[in-house]
Order: sequence, then C-alpha cells, then structure tokens
Amino acid sequence: MLMIWCPYCQELLPELEFAYAGEAHITRPEDPSALSDEEWRDFLFIRRNPRGLHYERWRHVHGCGRFFNAVRDTVTDKIIATYPAGEAPPALADLERAS
Amino acid sequence: MKRFSALSLLQGAVSAHKYWPEHWPDAEPKAEYDVVIVGGGGHGLGAAYYLAKEHGIRNVAVVEKGWLGGGNTGRNTTIIRSNYLYDESARLYDHAVDLWTGLSQELNYNVMFSERGVLMLAHSVHDVQSAQRHIHANRLNGVDNQWLTPQEAKDFCPPLDISPGARYPVLGGALQKRAGTARHDAVAWGYARAAAALGVDIIQNCPVTAIRRGPDGAVSGVETAKGFIKAKKIGVSAAGYTSVVMESAGVRLPLESYPLQALVSEPVKPVFPCVVMSNSVHAYISQSDKGELVIGSGTDQYTSYSQRGGLPLIEHTLAAICEMFPMFRRMRMLRKWGGVVDVTPDRSCILGKTPVQGLYLNCGWGTGGFKATPGAAHVLAHTIARDEPHPINAPFTLERFRDGRLVDEAAAAAVAH
Repeated sequence: MLMIWCPYCQELLPELEFAYAGEAHITRPEDPSALSDEEWRDFLFIRRNPRGLHYERWRHVHGCGRFFNAVRDTVTDKIIATYPAGEAPPALADLERAS
Repeated sequence: MKRFSALSLLQGAVSAHKYWPEHWPDAEPKAEYDVVIVGGGGHGLGAAYYLAKEHGIRNVAVVEKGWLGGGNTGRNTTIIRSNYLYDESARLYDHAVDLWTGLSQELNYNVMFSERGVLMLAHSVHDVQSAQRHIHANRLNGVDNQWLTPQEAKDFCPPLDISPGARYPVLGGALQKRAGTARHDAVAWGYARAAAALGVDIIQNCPVTAIRRGPDGAVSGVETAKGFIKAKKIGVSAAGYTSVVMESAGVRLPLESYPLQALVSEPVKPVFPCVVMSNSVHAYISQSDKGELVIGSGTDQYTSYSQRGGLPLIEHTLAAICEMFPMFRRMRMLRKWGGVVDVTPDRSCILGKTPVQGLYLNCGWGTGGFKATPGAAHVLAHTIARDEPHPINAPFTLERFRDGRLVDEAAAAAVAH
C-alpha cells in the first residue's frame, strides 16, 4: 500500500484515503474551438506514460477533499514529493537527488 | 523439428522424460531482417508465425526483453471470450475465438483450449439491462451469448450463492458457451516452436532500447542489448512498454500503463466447472487443470511499471469471491502477481499502421489481450505483409483518437475488462 503525504493536512496517510486523477500539469486550452484536431487529441488523450518519474494528480477524497500533485517513480512506486495544486513542479534534478 | 504425436508423447513418457527434443533453437540476431517484431508475447510470436506461414515472409526475428511467457502472456487469467458490444470488437474477438478452436492442431502443440463457458453475472437491475443489451447485440453479430436465470446459473455453476440474502445478489447471468480458457504459456511456446520451424529467429533476453529511423523518416532498424538490427519493417507488440519503445521513434500514444493483478490458490480437486466473471464487483474466477483457483482482480488506480500492484485491490477481490462462493472461504492463496497493461481511453486496442513508414503497432489491449492472441497476431501479420490493415482491424487505427471514431468499449462495459 502506498503511503501518501497530503500537503494540506500535513499527514502521511494510506493510499485508500486518496483517489488518483491522472497526469498532472496538463492545462485545459483557453479556446478549445481554436485548436486543430491534432492539438485537441493531444490534450484529451496523449499521455507521457513514463517509465520513471511521473508528475500526477491525487485527491484526498476521504480527508480534506482537495487536489494536489505528486511525483512518483513508476518503477518503484515510491512517492518522491507532493505539493499543492497550482505550484510549479519541482525540478527533475532535485528529485533525482531525493530518490 | 520433430512433430508431436501420441507415439512421440508415449516415447517421452517411457524414457523417463530424458529425451525430449529442444522445442525451438535459441537464436542470436543476424545483421538484418525483413521484419523485426518487438515483444515475444503470444501476439508477437503469433504475428511472426502467420507472416511466415501465410505471407511467405520468413526472414523474421522476434526480439523479447525477457523470456517467453514471462510477460503478460504468462500473467493473465487465461479467459477467452468474444461477447463484446460493438460490431468492430465482436468481429475482432470472434475472429480470435475461431482461430483458438483449431489452434492446437494448427501448431501441433496442445494449448489446452477448453470451451467450458464464461458466465458473466448480473447483480443489479442495471447489470441485467446491460447484459441483455450485450446478448442482443452479440446475437445480431453471430456471437453466441444467452441469458440464464439465477437457478440456471446455479445449475451451470453449482458453487455459486444465489440466495436472496447474498451480499451480491445474483439476478441472472450472460453465458457464452463457446468461451473458456487455454494454457497461457503453451500459447507462447506453441507459436514460438511453429514459427521457428518456418525459419523465424526467436531472440530472448534482448531488450529493444530504441527504434531507429533513416533520413527519409522510414524505419531503419532497432537498437538492442545485442547490438543494432537492421529491418525494413518493424512491428511493435510490447504491451505495457509500448509507450517507452514508441517514444524513441517519435510517436506519442494515447496509452497509460497500469498494473493488473491476479492470484492463484492451493490446488484442489475439480470443483469449478466454468469461468465466472463479475464485472460490477471486479472478480473473475476459474479453475486450472492443475486444480488451482485462478482469480483475476482489477487494475490499480495509478499507472505503474512495477509488476506487483497493491494489496487493497486483491483484498477487495477475495472478499467478493468469498461472498459469491462461500465454499472457498477456507482456501489459501499461493501466489499473486501483476502484469503491466497498456490501456487506451476507449478500452479498445490500437492495431495498424503508424505515421512512420514501416512501423506497425499492436497495443492498447488493456486488461483483455490474451483472448485476442491468435486473432490479433493474424491480422497484425496481414497488416505488416501487405502494408494495409485487414478489414477486421481497419477500425482500430491510431487516427481514431484524432477523428473521434472511438470504439468505446469502456462506456459499453463501464469497467475495465
């Protein structure tokens, strides 16, 4: 079971309290009707799906109910950092040191 | 290569199993092939076999990062069925079931295909309506599927608890009689042996690290742990690792890789005559010919390349199994494992050409790729050999995500499947 640090509640809690919500830092386009079919496809469907560090969204559904972001290694499943939604992602170099 | 027969099996048995011939030779890569298949699962090995057998292309290599049967081919719960809702899917999976039926004879290798029937349970009014819609759609497509009342379901599968007070009440079920199971790793071995007999090189323990493209943009070959292999055409059939392999060719995909878990119990005498699936509680169960209960769970909620998955999920699955089949409450589980499955947004596969000349893709089978093995392999070989899709896989393009022509089995089933 993953243990996840909620950056709002400031507590380390089991995965069961959280819901995964997909890749993070995908910004909804300001004007979808101005996009080409390719750009709209990229926004809706194309994902990095990396084997390694993954920026992803989680929601503390059985706690504060808020969305936050996490960086997780998809090979070891170790969560390296969590941070509130809206914050810039931590730099990869810092994360590699932490992992 | 020596053909297996009743006599050769008897010879093997009376010689105390000392003189079994090698099933296929372990190949080292040549400098160049007409076709390189990335991924030595059932789909990749099968594609190589059909390329050699039906299209006369024998200068083919299958490059596998681990060992045959070590990936998802050997990690699934071996369920074979074709009762999918949409016309496109029904054609594809029923093509596979047609090929499963004669596969042991075709390959001269016993894949132990057993048409023991797959019963999909309905626990709510919504389930009943959804199952009956599937049954009607299947019948229109010539796919067998029939409705069973709770008592008929109990008669077909005696361990099932159909009492009105059950935690998951059984309101009926959809039975596909032609569906069943097969011996999963025998499928990989059978295809490997038959392909090698036709001249295909099977290269194990050789990860492909990159796909290389020439100055004209077409593929030129693959970088592997055993050096560069030149190839005119490349078929990628790498399941959960497809995103990683394809990124090196500059193709980004609508895929996410999730762990899918399964587990087996201690072996017991025959107690469970069929396959039972319950989509709404996410538990699948059958009994292998060795006697183990084979239990399938769902995918974890997060993407991962770890072949493990989390305990909460199988705890939930086993709780459901114990409620539906009370006689299994005292069974002990022996092993659990995970496979990395590549899931598309519409839960249908991607099988066809890519924007890169000479690069062909077979991926996105999600949690249900095993059942499609012969069918997928057969039409992938056609697509590679003719450089155009077979009518059966023509709807499963990569472009459908741009054009909005999804084959939305995700919405049809409302669960991963």
